[in-house]
Amino acid sequence: MTADTSTATDPAAGRGLRRRLSAFREGYPHFFLLGLLAGVTLLLAVVPYGIIAAPWQDAAGEAPRLVRLFRMDIQTWFTLTVSGMAMGLLIFIMSSGMTLTFGLMNVLNLAHGGFISFGAFCGATVVAALSGWGGSGSLVLTAGLLLLAFVYAMVVTGALGVFFERVVIRPVYGNHLKQILVTIGGSIILVQLIQVIWGSTDIPVSRPELLRGAVIINEGVPLIGGAAIEIYRLMAVVVGLILYGVMQLIINRTKIGVLIRAGVENTEMVEIHGYRIRMLFLAVFVAGSALAGLGGAMWGMYEQIVNAHMGEHLMIMVIVVIILGGLGSVTGCFYGAILVGLINLYVGYLEPRLAGVATVGLMVAVLMWRPQGLIPVLRH
Amino acid sequence: MMDWILSGDYPRSRILTALLVAIFVGLGLGPFLFDGVVAFRTMGMICIFIIVVASYDLMLGYTHVVSFAHLMFFGFGAYGVAIALDTMGSGFTAIFVGLGASLAVSVITALLLGLLSLRVKAIFFALVTLAIAFSFMVLVNQLYHITGGEDGMRVAVPRELGPAFRMEHSGTGFALLNWLWGVVTNPLAVGEVTREALFDVRMNGQLLMYYVSFVLATGLFLFMLRLVNSPFGKVLMAIRENEFRAEALGYRTVFYRTAVVVVASAFATVAGVLFALVTRYITPGVTLDFELAVFVLLMCVIGGMGTLYGAVIGATVFLVAQTYLQDLLGVLSGWIAEVPLMQPAAALFSEERWLLWFGVLFVLSVYFFPAGIVGQLRAWAARRDAGAAGTKEQGGAAEAAGEQS
Repeated sequence: MTADTSTATDPAAGRGLRRRLSAFREGYPHFFLLGLLAGVTLLLAVVPYGIIAAPWQDAAGEAPRLVRLFRMDIQTWFTLTVSGMAMGLLIFIMSSGMTLTFGLMNVLNLAHGGFISFGAFCGATVVAALSGWGGSGSLVLTAGLLLLAFVYAMVVTGALGVFFERVVIRPVYGNHLKQILVTIGGSIILVQLIQVIWGSTDIPVSRPELLRGAVIINEGVPLIGGAAIEIYRLMAVVVGLILYGVMQLIINRTKIGVLIRAGVENTEMVEIHGYRIRMLFLAVFVAGSALAGLGGAMWGMYEQIVNAHMGEHLMIMVIVVIILGGLGSVTGCFYGAILVGLINLYVGYLEPRLAGVATVGLMVAVLMWRPQGLIPVLRH
Repeated sequence: MMDWILSGDYPRSRILTALLVAIFVGLGLGPFLFDGVVAFRTMGMICIFIIVVASYDLMLGYTHVVSFAHLMFFGFGAYGVAIALDTMGSGFTAIFVGLGASLAVSVITALLLGLLSLRVKAIFFALVTLAIAFSFMVLVNQLYHITGGEDGMRVAVPRELGPAFRMEHSGTGFALLNWLWGVVTNPLAVGEVTREALFDVRMNGQLLMYYVSFVLATGLFLFMLRLVNSPFGKVLMAIRENEFRAEALGYRTVFYRTAVVVVASAFATVAGVLFALVTRYITPGVTLDFELAVFVLLMCVIGGMGTLYGAVIGATVFLVAQTYLQDLLGVLSGWIAEVPLMQPAAALFSEERWLLWFGVLFVLSVYFFPAGIVGQLRAWAARRDAGAAGTKEQGGAAEAAGEQS
């Protein structure tokens, strides 16, 4: 009897494996989902295909569709996981700005995709102008080229962000409907401006010599020996992780971070303490725009082609990520992005046609389970 | 009589009334007034998009529900009827089966969407619908053995609704704009201008189909007008103004919000069916693209949110601009290119950049005319009436003062 009441008051406290699992699921939903996703696919990879397929194979040696899922091996799984991480981190770079602006300013900036495209075109311009540096194969010149391209993209989109915040968004603070309308209009204008400046055709972006090709893991390494990983994706993972670290550092350890966190929780209280919240808004918006530009530039190099409408298409993934993570939460955005990247790659490998649908399916499933997203931000 | 037809919701502005009558007459007699394939196509699109935009306005303008999935329901209708005609052969049964099936799919999907919106905040709804509409588009693109993928599919309309079906007599049309232009530029040769303005109207199945969509658009529009002026519509507006208070008054806001999404989606589906039958060729690009959803939003806002008449004005203005603004910009950019030092600016005015100017117009109209064209016209009319009433009152007061003294 007493045991029953104790579980009723605190369902998470218990010893059984099941209870611990459910406590983990509720406490760390992002790790739970990541583990689930990676675990299930790893299981598919670990089980040798021959054993599963043997009873089902027909005369031609072909197994039914469902059974073919097990064809993945561990090297493939590893490659897919790293590639998924890379894609996820690129999406994280793009979406972190949007989730921050929503969290702090309560502004839904649907023109974020326009900034992504703008950044991509700026990056492509630099890469095209300094193609000699990229082709040289020298480490210093390549690093310089990347730095220049990324910084140029960030500076341009950041400056655009200043203008956008002042002119377009400032008059509609606090009115979601108008924000949606105005930022949609803004995104149309941005895309059209890109076409005015760079023309309506797609522009190819050539990756620097050093970032082409893939590294192949030494055959001697157990299990994953022989797996190939594209160098550019490795770089994306590194850059994304560094950015995430820096952002966490800024948000958790600096004065500005304290103000941002305080502003997310309660804007008025920050104002009462004498801080010019408008300046903070502007700074965060500019940072968000610059991050969008950086993400766009990196994505352009990843796809090796840029298109004025690429931002609009990426916006779908950005939106899924920020909803998954919980609007306004940078940590949630990080894990949401990785989840989206992974599911895209896994499902794309198993059934290419369903990759786009799986992303949205993941979002709907998570919303059914946790309407506020994985790591919701408390708002009062 | 008018009261019954318009459900007591008059345009309330003389200019607006004139515009609406002009649009109604222009569309009704359109095939006999405007010559050419482009004009015919534009008029067909206006009829269809009046339904789409008006039903979108039910959600956006009357309830403040922002949905980006409206075009998905439009696509359900278009693809539903196309697939039905493809598998069952071209006949009217197939059309009705396609319509019924896509309506059923739409209602169920809209219900699910509504239920999802119960679990999430209002702003989520916009984002969730955006993502879901996108995934439907991806699906249509990928399932090419059913939908034809990006290449789209031909809609095998029954012979009676296609260009092959001809009546014995051909009608005579009168190209109004050409005639007016001729009269203005060459007033001495009125007779010749008049003779030149006459043209043959092909009385074929396409014309029949045009009138089907015209009649349906008129009927559905009037039905929606009735809907928003019913108690149901009043509750929707109450939710728009203050959802919390509407709930406190005892209305189940969730029920109403879901209902309006379902109803609007059903209308969009009907419009999609008409679209497939009128254009006879559908691709994801012309039925489901994100840009199209933005266009519908633009039409709704520029015309005036929360007024169904705004949908008529918005759809007409936008589609006419889409078709003819490009020509105008082409002329303009030609002029600008000739002005020294202005060559770089010419790119801003090239024909493909019409959307840039519409975007600027859109943002400005959200700031300065949040009620759109219709709202602005009504505000002017109201101000003028108030001004007239004010002077009368003043006059009356002066008379009274005179009597007293």
